[in-house]
Amino acid sequence: MNIAYSTELICFLILSVVIVSGSLAVVLLENIVYSAFLLGGVFMAVAGLYLLLNASFVAAAQVLVYVGAVNVLILFAIMLVNKKEKLNPIKGLRTRKLISGGVCGGLLVLLLRVSVTTKWNLPGPNSIGEEATERIGEHLFTDYLLPFELASILLLMAMIGAIVLARRDVPVPTDYTSDLKTNKVIDDKKIPLLSENSLK
Amino acid sequence: MNSGIDLEMSFTQGVQNLGLSHELAHLLWIPLPMLLVLVSAVIGVLVTVWLERKISAAAQQRIGPEYAGALGILQPMADGLKLLVKEDIIPARADSALFTAGPILVLVPVILSWLIVPFGQNLLISNVGIGIFLWIALSSIQPIGLLMSGYSSNNKYSLLGGLRAAAQSISYEIPLALAVLAIVMMSNSLSTVEIVEQQNTAGFLSWNIWRQPVGFIIFWICALAECERLPFDLPEAEEELVAGYQTEYAGMKFALFYLAGYINLVLSALLVSVLYLGGWGFPISIDWFASLVGLSIENPLVQIFAASIGIVMTILKAYLLVFLAILLRWTTPRVRIDQLLDLGWKFLLPISLVNLLVTASLKLAFPLTFGG
Repeated sequence: MNIAYSTELICFLILSVVIVSGSLAVVLLENIVYSAFLLGGVFMAVAGLYLLLNASFVAAAQVLVYVGAVNVLILFAIMLVNKKEKLNPIKGLRTRKLISGGVCGGLLVLLLRVSVTTKWNLPGPNSIGEEATERIGEHLFTDYLLPFELASILLLMAMIGAIVLARRDVPVPTDYTSDLKTNKVIDDKKIPLLSENSLK
Repeated sequence: MNSGIDLEMSFTQGVQNLGLSHELAHLLWIPLPMLLVLVSAVIGVLVTVWLERKISAAAQQRIGPEYAGALGILQPMADGLKLLVKEDIIPARADSALFTAGPILVLVPVILSWLIVPFGQNLLISNVGIGIFLWIALSSIQPIGLLMSGYSSNNKYSLLGGLRAAAQSISYEIPLALAVLAIVMMSNSLSTVEIVEQQNTAGFLSWNIWRQPVGFIIFWICALAECERLPFDLPEAEEELVAGYQTEYAGMKFALFYLAGYINLVLSALLVSVLYLGGWGFPISIDWFASLVGLSIENPLVQIFAASIGIVMTILKAYLLVFLAILLRWTTPRVRIDQLLDLGWKFLLPISLVNLLVTASLKLAFPLTFGG
């Protein structure tokens, strides 16, 4: 056992412990803010696993997308609606917890069985290391072009949806403004976000 | 191009001659460049703090620090020592675990990013293939630390400051990444070493700033915004938010924020010089210089000369940019938050997209000048 191999093994063990305990904590902790921060930690540890597999580009992309975008978004959402309120006690919480725990345990047993019985093709294919960036690009623009384009259309749709939802400067139709003059509160009327006037 | 001096190879060979195995020699080598870069980053910060004090004093017609050392050069050391011995206060109602982790999460990614800053052909910690992409990925971790410290302080100003800081750094990361992408497209590589090498074929004429003037300006504005410096220091706008997410911090934890800010500034300046100003390249090609004197480029004397010129050039270019940043800080007013977001999303983002498209079409049209 040489130094490189043992370092790799130690790193792998540490990362796996972090991932397993971190994701358990994400699910089990009561404080939602802790859960969100720990989720970021789990994403980072997964990026570490990619690094161990010599896939540095995928690791960096994982950090950029999951930690830098997804997790920050989750944190934003939590902090902007950070109301400290007591939730109503749910009936039969104990049995619910037991049932979901049983389902998760069953899934775990199933996956463990699969991983033990499957004949893994070891050692796996050699990693291409630094070449990976070019290869990923080639694949994205040749044989995976359709999923790539579909994903971009999906993102575009989400973006347009966000813009429509966030638009505040919807031109108010004249009959609504005349309503205002007769001392009616604007909240009474549901102004459609995309009225005919705003689309013109 | 010449291969330059390979310190790592000579070090491992020297250790191996002492009778140690190759792996052990490598293991011994690994911490050395990291320590060196850490020390140089901290020294860079001390110099920047001194420059900031002196230049701000000059801008306001004061003298500035004068008594600590010649020209007050020891003033930043005194500041650092003061912060080091100050009491470490954690507010009673604050979340102490997150409160402590916040500044660390802000500082560590910034220091890690120094991994990819080249001071010469082989004078960087690691020539990772993903190079500049690593920096973009790492800088996206910072908002989490800012949100964490803003939230855990249990203070409304802190939370607002943290949210502002995260929003600002997310919205300016996109045009920043697009500006970097245009450079990467021209040099066909993410590696910082290759990006610099491509710019050093014909002295200062081949620097990327001539081919990417718009990208340079976008990158500089975004870098200033990422460093939260005036005119973009909204997260800590003292008239509105006391000190933003730093309000509750004192002592060494505050010093970590302070350090992260200045390390980030020096790092951004270094990266601007790497991406747009030819990195370690001398304005006149060293090869041409050597042939003029009549020495071979492989000559050890020329090599050492070239390496030291490289370090001096990188640092000189970076500090010229730092000087510019300091001048900007003390001469421009702060923008409002809506102006900041407008500038990011409605101006810089479209411009950087257009810049990317124009670069791509120029690359197709003139493959020779724009790296086909």
